[in-house]
Amino acid sequence: MSGGGSNVWRWLREHAVSIVGVLVVLYMLIPIVVIFAFSFNDPAGRYNFTWVGFTFSHWSNAFGIPELNEALVTSLKLAVLATVISTVVGTLMALALVRHEFFGRRAANFLIVIPMATPEVVMGSALLSFFLLIGTFSLGFQTLLIAHVMFCISFVVVVVRSRLIGFDRNLEEAAKDLGASGFETFRLVTLPLIMPGIFGAAMLAFALSIDDFVISNFNSGTTVTFPLYIFGAAQRGIPVEVNVIAMILFFFTVATMGFATWQQRRAEKMASVRPDQEAGVGMPAGTPAAT
Amino acid sequence: MRRRVAPYFLLGPGAAWLFLFFVVPLYYLGELSLNSGVFGSYEFTWHWENYSDALQLYDSQFVRSFLYAGLATLFALLLAYPLAYTIAFKAGRWRNLLLFAVVAPFFTTYLIRTLAWETILSDQSPVVSVLDFLGLAPEGHVLATAGAVIAGLTYNFLPFMVLPIYASLERLDVRLIEAGKDLYASATQTFFRVTLPLSAPGVVAGTLLTFIPASGDYVNAQFLGSANNQMIGNVIQSLYLKQSDYPAAAALSFVLMALILILVLVYIRFAGSEALMGEEAAG
Repeated sequence: MSGGGSNVWRWLREHAVSIVGVLVVLYMLIPIVVIFAFSFNDPAGRYNFTWVGFTFSHWSNAFGIPELNEALVTSLKLAVLATVISTVVGTLMALALVRHEFFGRRAANFLIVIPMATPEVVMGSALLSFFLLIGTFSLGFQTLLIAHVMFCISFVVVVVRSRLIGFDRNLEEAAKDLGASGFETFRLVTLPLIMPGIFGAAMLAFALSIDDFVISNFNSGTTVTFPLYIFGAAQRGIPVEVNVIAMILFFFTVATMGFATWQQRRAEKMASVRPDQEAGVGMPAGTPAAT
Repeated sequence: MRRRVAPYFLLGPGAAWLFLFFVVPLYYLGELSLNSGVFGSYEFTWHWENYSDALQLYDSQFVRSFLYAGLATLFALLLAYPLAYTIAFKAGRWRNLLLFAVVAPFFTTYLIRTLAWETILSDQSPVVSVLDFLGLAPEGHVLATAGAVIAGLTYNFLPFMVLPIYASLERLDVRLIEAGKDLYASATQTFFRVTLPLSAPGVVAGTLLTFIPASGDYVNAQFLGSANNQMIGNVIQSLYLKQSDYPAAAALSFVLMALILILVLVYIRFAGSEALMGEEAAG
C-alpha cells in the first residue's frame, strides 16, 4: 500500500509543473463558464448574482432590450471603423519602420511604444482635457473613434512589423525581375504574403476597440457603447441578456479565429508546394503555383 | 530621392494621429493641471498647489494602487510561469488549445469578466466556502476586500504575463537545458541557472505589461472592492466624471504617469539592460 502511495507521489512530483499549468488554465476559464451558466439563469430580482433556476428565455430574448441593442450597434460600428483606419495607418507605419532607414526612426519607434506603456486612465483623461480645452470636437462618436484609432495603432504596428521582419525579400526582387512595377509587386507579392499579419492585427484592433471601457468612459459624452452600457447598468442590476450577448460575441470571435487559422493552414500548405517547383518561385503569391 | 521621402509618406498619417491625439493631449493635461478656479471658470494660473494638494489628499490611494498592482504582478508571475512553461515544453499537441485558453478571456468583455468574479466571490458561492474552510476568508467574506481586488487584477492581466513569457521560452534553445543536465546540474539548478535567465526578457516584458495597466485600473476596485479599497484610478475617474474637478484630476493623472515612468526606469535598470535589449530585439 505504501508502494502505491509513493508511486502516486512520484507521478505528482514529475508532473508538478504541468499540473499547476492546467490548474491555471482552468482558473482562466472559470469566469467564462460562469458567464455562460448565468446566461441561463432566471434571477428573482434585478441582480443576476445568485443562481435561481434554469431558463432559455433570455437567449430567445437576446435582442429584446432596445438600449442594449443600440449600444451594441454603436460598439460594432465604432470597432469596424477603428479597425479599418488603424490597420491601414499602422501597416503603412510598419512598412516604413522595417523597410527604410531614415532620420527620426528612433523617435517614431518611441512614439509607437509609449502609448502601450501608458495606463488607460492617463490616456483617457489627457484626451478629455484636450477635447475640453480646444473645444472643436463635441464628445460623442467622433471623439470615441479618434481615441480608439489612437490606442489601436501601436498594436497594429507591432503585429504587422513582426510579420515583415521574417519576410523573404528575394520574392519581391524576383517579381521585379519578371517586369512587375513597384506597385504591382506590392499588390501581388508583398501584400498577400503579409496578409496573415495584417489580418491578425485587424482582429486585435477589433477586440481592443469593442472591449474598451476606460478610455471610452472618459470620452463618450452621451454616446453609449456595449461596455459603457454594462457599466451604467451595473448600479441598477444588469439584465441577463448582457451575458447572452457576451457569449454570442465570444462564440463569434472563436469561430472567426478558427476559420482564419484553417484558411492560413490551407494557404501555407499551398505555398509549401512551391519550393519544389523551380519555375514557380517568381510567380505572384496570389496565384497558386501548383496550377 | 524618392526612396528618401517614401518612409515619411508611409509614416505620416499614423505618426500624425499619435502626435495629435496622444502627445498633444498630454500637453493639455499638463496645462489643465495648473488651472485654478471653480467649475465653469477654470483659468490657467500656474497653480502648482494642485500637485501638493493631490499628493496630500490622495497619498493612501497612490500607495494602495502600487501595492495592489505590485502584488497582482507578483501573483500573475507565479501563476503564469508554470503555465507558459507547460505550454512551451510539455503540451505537445495540446499547445494550440492551451494558447487559445490563455487568450479566450479576451473574447469576453472586460467588465463582464470582472462582474463574473463578483458572482464567484459573493458570500454564498462555493468558492468562498472553500476559502473560508481553508481559513483564507475571514468571517466568510471575500468580496469588498483588498484580496478580491488583487485577485481581480491578477486574473484580468494574467494573459499579458503568460504570452511574453511563453514567447521567450518558445525561442529558447532546448539543448542548453539538456547541456545543464548533462553537466550534472539538478533540475532546480538548471532552472535557476539556465531556463530562468534565458526567459528574463519575457518576464520583464510580462511584468511591465501587467503592472502598468493594473496600477491605473479602477474597474476591479469599483466592482470587487469597498470604499476602503479605492485606487488612484477611481479617484481620477470620479474627480473628472462626477465632480468635474478637472485641475485636481489632471494633476493626479500627471503624477500617476510620472511615478509609473520612474518605477519602470528603475525596474529596467535593476532588471539589467540585457533583458531590455532582448525585448528590443524581439520587438
